Amino acid sequence: MDLKELYRDVILDHNRSPRNFGRLEPADAQAAGHNPLCGDKLTLTLRMQGDRVQDLRFEGQGCAISTASASLMTEAVKGRSRQEIARLYDEVHTLLTAPTGELAPELGKLLALAGVAEYPARVKCASLCWHTLNAALERAPAPVSTE
Amino acid sequence: MSIKAAARSAPLAAASYDVARVRAEFPILARQINGKPLVFLDSAASSQRPLAVLRAVEQYETTTHANVHRGVHTLSQSATEAFENAREIVRRFLHARSTREIVFVRGTTEAINLVANSWGRSHVGPGDEILISYLEHHSNIVPWQMLCAATGAQLRAAPVRPNGELDLEGFRKLLSARTRLVALAHVSNALGTILPVQEIVHLAHARGVPVLLDGAQAVPHQSVDVQAIDCDFYAFSGHKVYAPTGIGVLYARESLLAAMPPWQGGGDMILSVGIETSTYNELPWRFEAGTPNISGAVGLGAALEYVESLGREAIAAHEHTLLELTTERLSALPRLKLIGTASAKAAVVSFTMDGVHPHDIGTILDSEGIAIRTGHHCAMPIMEFFGLAATARASFGCYNNAEDVERLVEGLQKVRKLFG
Repeated sequence: MDLKELYRDVILDHNRSPRNFGRLEPADAQAAGHNPLCGDKLTLTLRMQGDRVQDLRFEGQGCAISTASASLMTEAVKGRSRQEIARLYDEVHTLLTAPTGELAPELGKLLALAGVAEYPARVKCASLCWHTLNAALERAPAPVSTE
Repeated sequence: MSIKAAARSAPLAAASYDVARVRAEFPILARQINGKPLVFLDSAASSQRPLAVLRAVEQYETTTHANVHRGVHTLSQSATEAFENAREIVRRFLHARSTREIVFVRGTTEAINLVANSWGRSHVGPGDEILISYLEHHSNIVPWQMLCAATGAQLRAAPVRPNGELDLEGFRKLLSARTRLVALAHVSNALGTILPVQEIVHLAHARGVPVLLDGAQAVPHQSVDVQAIDCDFYAFSGHKVYAPTGIGVLYARESLLAAMPPWQGGGDMILSVGIETSTYNELPWRFEAGTPNISGAVGLGAALEYVESLGREAIAAHEHTLLELTTERLSALPRLKLIGTASAKAAVVSFTMDGVHPHDIGTILDSEGIAIRTGHHCAMPIMEFFGLAATARASFGCYNNAEDVERLVEGLQKVRKLFG
C-alpha cells in the first residue's frame, strides 16, 4: 500500500483549505452526520433552486479523508439536480467500495478518492458527507410539480 | 507498590529486566505489518498473549476440558480443579481475603454491570447519587446511567484538572450524604492518570460510602492490593493483562457480596431448583450463572502467573522508563501536544498534532507497521473536557522496548512531512 495513493495532493490540499466551508443562513435544509467510531462530525446546509442544489456549505471536524471528501463533494454537486446527484452518489459509492477499474469520467476531481478503497477502515470517513447530503436532500422541499 | 515507588527502584529492576527475552515469548511480535516489523503500542485496548498463556489454554483444551461443578467423572473434576485454581491465583494476585470474593465475569464491563444491577438496585433509590469522574471509560458511566434511570438516582461526575489529574477538592465537594457509591477508574485509559485510590477510599469510607474501582488499566501495570486500598469492589479484564478475551474478574468485599441478590439466574448459581423457588448457591458461584469461560479462566491464571514471574515491580519500572522516554521524545516534536500530564501516570501517552487528525496519524503509522489507538478511547466525556473529538494514544506493555519508541518517533516525523 502506498500512502501517497491515499493522501494524494488534491486530498491534502482540500484538507488544508476546505472549499465551501461554513454555514448557509438561511438554508432550505440542514443535516448533521456523525461517525461515532472516530468522532467525525459534519453539518451540511444547502439552498435549493427548484430541483437543483443552488449552493451548499459544510462545517465540522474530521480527518483529512472526511474533510477533503466533503470539500470535493460540495464542488461536485453545486448546481446539480437531485437525479444527477443520485447518479454521482452511486459512482462515488462504487469508487470507494468496489472499484471496477473503469472509472467514470463524470467523477472528475472526486477520483482523488480512489485510494480510499484500499483502506477499508477509512471508507466511512469518505462516505460520511454523502450520507449527510442524502439526509439533507430528503428534508429539502421538493419542487412543485406542474404535471 | 505505587508507580512512583516502582520508578525509584527502576535502575535495579531495569538491569534485570530482559525485554528481548520477554518479546520472544509473544509470537505475534514476529509479524510484519505492511512489510514492516510490528510495533504494538495498543496494549491499553488489548494486550498480546505470551506462549505461557497460549500453551496453558491449549493444554486445558486438549487434556482437561469438561463442564465444571457437575460431573463425578475425572475430566469434570480436573476441569473444576483448573477453574478453581485460577480463582485462587486471582485471589493471590489481588491480595483478596478469600476466593469467595472473586467472581469470574466476561470482563470489566460485565463486572460493573453486575454491581450496578445487583448491589445497585437493592441499595439505590430516588434522590440518591452515584459519584464517578470525568475520566471514566464508558463502561464505568453507562451502567450507572442505566441504574439512575431505573431508580430515580442522579449521576454526579467529579471534575478533572487541566493536566488530567482528578480534582480531589471537586470530588470532595460532590461527596455528600446523598452519595450511595463512588465508582472510579484506578488508572485512566485515555490519559494514563493514576488516581489516588487510597485517599479516595478513605474519604468515601469516612462518609460510609462504598467504592468501586475500575482496574482494567491498573492491573497490567502495577501491584494491586485490594485490602491495602480497602476498596469494596474491584473490576478488571483478562485481555488487558495478557490473558484471552472474554474473561474478567469482579472482586467484591465478602460482607457486601453475601448480601447482594443474584443478578443472572441459571445453572451453577443454584443449589436446588423447584418450580416455584430455588435455593441459591454459595459465594462466589451464586454470581456465576451458566457454564463459565473455563479455558479463559485457565488462561487468566497463566497470564497472572506469567506477570508474577516477570515481577510486577520490574514490569512497572520497565514501562515507566518507556513512558519517560516517550514523553521526552514526543515533547521535542514540533506542534505535538501531550494530553494528560499527571505526575502519576501509567505507560499511556495521549497526544494530538496540529493540523493532523488522529485518524490520519493512525493510518500513516499503520503503513509503518505501528499500531496505536486513535479516537475517543471509549471515554467521550474526558475528550469533551479537553475540547477534543479524538486523540492518538500510544500505550505500552511488558514487551515494548526503546526501539518501539524510536519507530514511533520516526513514524510521527513521517506524518509531519506528509501533512506539512
